[in-house]
Amino acid sequence: MPLLELHDLSKTFAGPKGEVRAVANVTLSVEPGEFVAIRGPSGCGKTTLLLAAGGLLAPDSGEVRITGEDPYRLSPEQRAQFRAERIGFVFQQFHLVPYLDVLDNILVPSLASGRHDGRQQAEELAARFGLTDRLHHVPAQLSTGERQRAALARALLNEPKLVLADEPTGNLDGDNGQVVLRCLAEFAKNGGAVLLVTHDPMAVTVATRSLYLRNGKLEG
Amino acid sequence: MSLGRLILHELRYRRLNFLLGVLSVGVAVACLTAALAILHKHDRRTDQIIAAKEEVTRKQMATMTDDYRKITLKMGFNVLILPKDQNLSDLYADDFATKYMPEEYATRLAKSRVATINHILPTLQQKVKWPERERTVLLMGVRGVVYTQSKTQKPLLEPVASGTMTLGHELARSLTLNPGDKTKLMGREFTVAKINPERGNKDDITIWINLAEAQEMLDKKGLINGILALDCTCDTVDRLALIRAEIAKILPDTQVIEFASQAIARAEARTRAGIEAEESIRREKEGRAKLRAEREALVAVLVPVVVLGCAVWIGFLALANVRDRRNEIGILRALGLRSRQILLIFLGKAAVIGLAGAALGYLAGRLIGMAWRDTPGAPPIEMALIEPGLLLLILAAAPVLAALASWLPAMMAAQQDPADVLREE
Repeated sequence: MPLLELHDLSKTFAGPKGEVRAVANVTLSVEPGEFVAIRGPSGCGKTTLLLAAGGLLAPDSGEVRITGEDPYRLSPEQRAQFRAERIGFVFQQFHLVPYLDVLDNILVPSLASGRHDGRQQAEELAARFGLTDRLHHVPAQLSTGERQRAALARALLNEPKLVLADEPTGNLDGDNGQVVLRCLAEFAKNGGAVLLVTHDPMAVTVATRSLYLRNGKLEG
Repeated sequence: MSLGRLILHELRYRRLNFLLGVLSVGVAVACLTAALAILHKHDRRTDQIIAAKEEVTRKQMATMTDDYRKITLKMGFNVLILPKDQNLSDLYADDFATKYMPEEYATRLAKSRVATINHILPTLQQKVKWPERERTVLLMGVRGVVYTQSKTQKPLLEPVASGTMTLGHELARSLTLNPGDKTKLMGREFTVAKINPERGNKDDITIWINLAEAQEMLDKKGLINGILALDCTCDTVDRLALIRAEIAKILPDTQVIEFASQAIARAEARTRAGIEAEESIRREKEGRAKLRAEREALVAVLVPVVVLGCAVWIGFLALANVRDRRNEIGILRALGLRSRQILLIFLGKAAVIGLAGAALGYLAGRLIGMAWRDTPGAPPIEMALIEPGLLLLILAAAPVLAALASWLPAMMAAQQDPADVLREE
């Protein structure tokens, strides 16, 4: 069963010069073990597609299924719980909580899932991403690469099946970008699924499938 | 990881926001606490002033009552009980009552434990010719006083033993009679037992003999025509009405008159002084109550205004906090935190601010209240720094109010759409 299915997905926004179709009739299926990279120019609808796929932005039409379930059929509170349990998010701006140290940042998803045994796993994830020495540093004390690794660790805390990554290497140098991409690839190899939207051509080299998004439409 | 830990870390991170919030709650709580402390001091001072006034009045009244008692005792009997059918005009014209009543009335009065009069003395009085001396005198038959209250009281009039007489000063002087002299009265021989001092009234021409002998000599066996008494020191506006009411119940066939105007004036002055003292205390209480009402009115306006102002300020601080944390809220929502949890994060923060502000404000307000001098020059009123009931109430109420003040911004945060933030990247 695909971990992510998008069927004929469309999303339109009201713009100053009329309606803007950010995503147009996108159909996509991501199986376990797949690392799908979607590239495209700025403003082509990559982030909108990712948010719609992640249960954060309801599409105007079409269907989203994550592990076989449509998150938009759930109430907002149930959908939040659904996201916490099944999806890991990674963003270009990291979005770490500025006043929490690395350990607590990694543990933030446990607030949503309600699990109380996350500390050991958080420390293991920190070790896996080379952050053991930085556990008690706040984001302002970290390098950009460390911040993104911390964000990646946070995304994996609740052991999701699906990781959605929005330009995760956009703010990183080549080496750090490689580290992040390798981590995502490893996650996919271990049975998860990754949907990555990016400008980064390097992502194509590690992805199992690469697609292109132009004016909201997916091209093979 | 818990919401509480997240709240505490955020408070530490945005110290200025936290301190401004605590300051705001602290000002409101300090204002309320100081106002309550000042009102409390006012009440304590009022109690002191009234108690002092009451003590002074009590002492003055005790002194006046004692004076009155001494004066009335010195002046002798001042209440006269007469048969009901006695015409008072005749009494004043003749100097004695012409109607009679049973001597047993005096005993009945004493046994009734009457409260408004004391020193009950049955008398038989008549103006007679002293044939042996060719004089007109007032003959008064008396017996020992029937006490009503204390048997140890010294009688106002000594009993006159049978065969003896007590003479008025003028009578003794003009007839050159001295104690121990023997003289005849209406055919009976009497020994002069005592000469009364000069009194300047009809007592100076009165002869006191034993009541039983007087009844025999005037042919009025078992009868009397007056009961003398001394009124009590009743602290009432209309003593005579009180005496009359009580005696009318015991001896309905009698009437009561009061004489000795100096005593009456003194008693009335004492009563008036008592009324004036009560009035003065009442005025003082009214004045203090009015002052309290004015202070209460000020507090009733000032405190809500300050509390409202601080609540609005807390609301603005919360709103600024929500705007500051827009991205953070978005990402927390994206990571799966439910809107209820976001609400709790902001309300929890407000509650912590409320709690800290309450503790700080309570201490500040209490210290201001303790330092406040309600009456310059008066001894200070001591107050405890911690009043557990008030402290607990404030510690419970302030976090709730702070949370309420932050409710709208917290709701805005809880309803924030994470997609709006993430699309803006």
